[in-house]
Amino acid sequence: MNAPVCPLPATEEGVIERGHGGGGALTGRLVAALFRPCFGAPPDEPLHDGATLAVGGSRLAFTTDSFVVTPLEFPGGDIGALAVIGTVNDLAMCGAKPLSLSAGFILEEGLDIARLRRIAASMGQAAAAAGVRVVTGDTKVVERGKGDGIYITTAGVGLIPPGVTIGPQCVRPGDAVLLSGDVGRHGIAIMAAREGLGFETEIVSDLASLAPAVAGLIAAGVTLHCLRDLTRGGLASALVEIATGAGVELRLDAAAVPVGEAVRGACEILGLDPWYVANEGRLVAFVPEPEAARALAILRSHPGGAEAAVIGRVAAASGRGRVLAETIGGVRVLDLLSGEQLPRIC
Amino acid sequence: MKYVDEYRDPVAARRLAGAIRALVTRPWTIMEICGGQTHSLLRHGIDQMLPEGVTLLHGPGCPVCVTAAEVIDQAIALAATPGVILCSFGDMLRVPGETGSLLAAKARGADVRMVYSPLDAVALARAQPEREVVFLAVGFETTAPASAMAVLAAADAGLRNFSLLVAHVLVPPAIAALLAAPDNRVQGFLAAGHVCTVMGYDEYEPIARRFGVPIVVTGFEPVDLLQGILACLRQLEARRAEVENAYGRSVRLGGNAPAQAALRQVFAVVPRVWRGMGEIPASGLDLAPAYARFDARARFPSAVAAPASVGPCISGEILRGRSRPTACPAFGTGCTPARPLGATMVSSEGACAAYYRYRRAAA
Repeated sequence: MNAPVCPLPATEEGVIERGHGGGGALTGRLVAALFRPCFGAPPDEPLHDGATLAVGGSRLAFTTDSFVVTPLEFPGGDIGALAVIGTVNDLAMCGAKPLSLSAGFILEEGLDIARLRRIAASMGQAAAAAGVRVVTGDTKVVERGKGDGIYITTAGVGLIPPGVTIGPQCVRPGDAVLLSGDVGRHGIAIMAAREGLGFETEIVSDLASLAPAVAGLIAAGVTLHCLRDLTRGGLASALVEIATGAGVELRLDAAAVPVGEAVRGACEILGLDPWYVANEGRLVAFVPEPEAARALAILRSHPGGAEAAVIGRVAAASGRGRVLAETIGGVRVLDLLSGEQLPRIC
Repeated sequence: MKYVDEYRDPVAARRLAGAIRALVTRPWTIMEICGGQTHSLLRHGIDQMLPEGVTLLHGPGCPVCVTAAEVIDQAIALAATPGVILCSFGDMLRVPGETGSLLAAKARGADVRMVYSPLDAVALARAQPEREVVFLAVGFETTAPASAMAVLAAADAGLRNFSLLVAHVLVPPAIAALLAAPDNRVQGFLAAGHVCTVMGYDEYEPIARRFGVPIVVTGFEPVDLLQGILACLRQLEARRAEVENAYGRSVRLGGNAPAQAALRQVFAVVPRVWRGMGEIPASGLDLAPAYARFDARARFPSAVAAPASVGPCISGEILRGRSRPTACPAFGTGCTPARPLGATMVSSEGACAAYYRYRRAAA
């Protein structure tokens, strides 16, 4: 037996691991250190859910997302609805009214066409509900065993109303942080379906378009400083990214964050933190404190928004940016996950 | 949530913290043995509620952390063996051995699967009779009974393609080893509630007597932890050194008899190497002779003896003063501070990094 040594985890220059797609620190490093330099992106350009393009006199939001979920169909949705709603939500987070989507399909040889039809129909329904159309697409087929049935990539464009500028750079000390509903349902629903965990209560994904809620906020004249949908990495990762991007300190009221009983129970059993579990129909909104009550009422008026809450505030500008949550004995600092969240041993 | 919220009640927690402050007359050092307790203490800020003189030391109760690097390397070598599916719990996959982690091995093509129960690995072996399924059995007395049940299930089903790489460890011998160390500073222990739920707590009596330390069986929620700390400090202030159960809602003196019976049937107590602590006598479990046919080490002797993916890194030899950085074939070529293969090339105080910075031209 060798003497105790402390070897290193693999570095970026090794190979791609699952955690590089987890939406946490590894993903961030890949984007910052590999993609952005290769694509010639200015290093100080703010990162957001989509890009803003000036075209003629108007501003377009442009975004893309790929979907590789297993199982293809899960309680509360399927990969098709997810591919439409995920991109619609990214557009909504730019304050844009979603207009059109593209859809690229990578299908695995042997896929049941009836299943593909079901998933495509689900995409059509989700698009109609969100007021967008899928206007262009592409289909490729890979050999059996080289894919998980279906991978879908969608891209979308949307129109940003005049006067709306949303992003971490707009966050100001004193802003209230609003959350649009309970967190953690999508990630646990997928995990339960994939691993056959057999919980007594079926946990249903929160998958839902956020575009109507954002349109409602904009129509009511609420000043939106920043919006972010809570996908991979969950609530905590989204808040850490915004705090870092804005260079501010966030103070969270931990007790105000709604987490359903079934999700809490599942997270206790599996050793997961619901604040880091994925969602597909939840957002955080940063608005000036005096407008918080009005914004909250609008979020609560939308389907699935009954549990919307003010969960914290922007305390101060603080160079590096961080997120603090009150605990029983003091405060804890939230951080990005260093890889995927993995169930613990005991 | 019932059975959780009442033990995270801030009012009850503050009341207990107040009782602790009123009680303590001098500095005391307590160790919580379990990594789950360590996380809960820090997550809820319990350490920040204690009087300044009360020091909590964090014990070797993280199953992932104490598993010897050699075992992880053996698991990686097994995973790279043609036909083998290597199964383990999720948080074991990320820990590096000396040849990387199981997640990294998976990224390089090894068939590594995350399971939620050892019985899932048995089901996999049954479903894929043409493959060899190896379960990396790590953890304390909490997880060992499930490993034992997996072996019994595999034996019942007559499976010939299921085996375990066993690295189970036992808590009481580790506590005794810590207390026997000449530089020991620990004056009282919080025993791990989950381990005691399985094993009971009568086995701690001889330790408390021999070393004169209080040992308090403690749970995991903020109120549980503060109750355990308070009970331990009460004993210390009163110069008592007894075994006490502060987690009565889960733990009974005799523990879980069927789980213990399964352990006794399937496993035998053996010496075990703990990462960072070295070998501790009678501190591990391995398969008993009657179940030796499920031993992955016996089934794949070559993979386990000479891990296939051992890189050229010789940091272990360097740390023991047996070799020099410049003797390593990877030094300055495959291994640099920007792309290190071992700890000695990373740390600013590491020998290889120092040689790279100051002596590379001479190498």
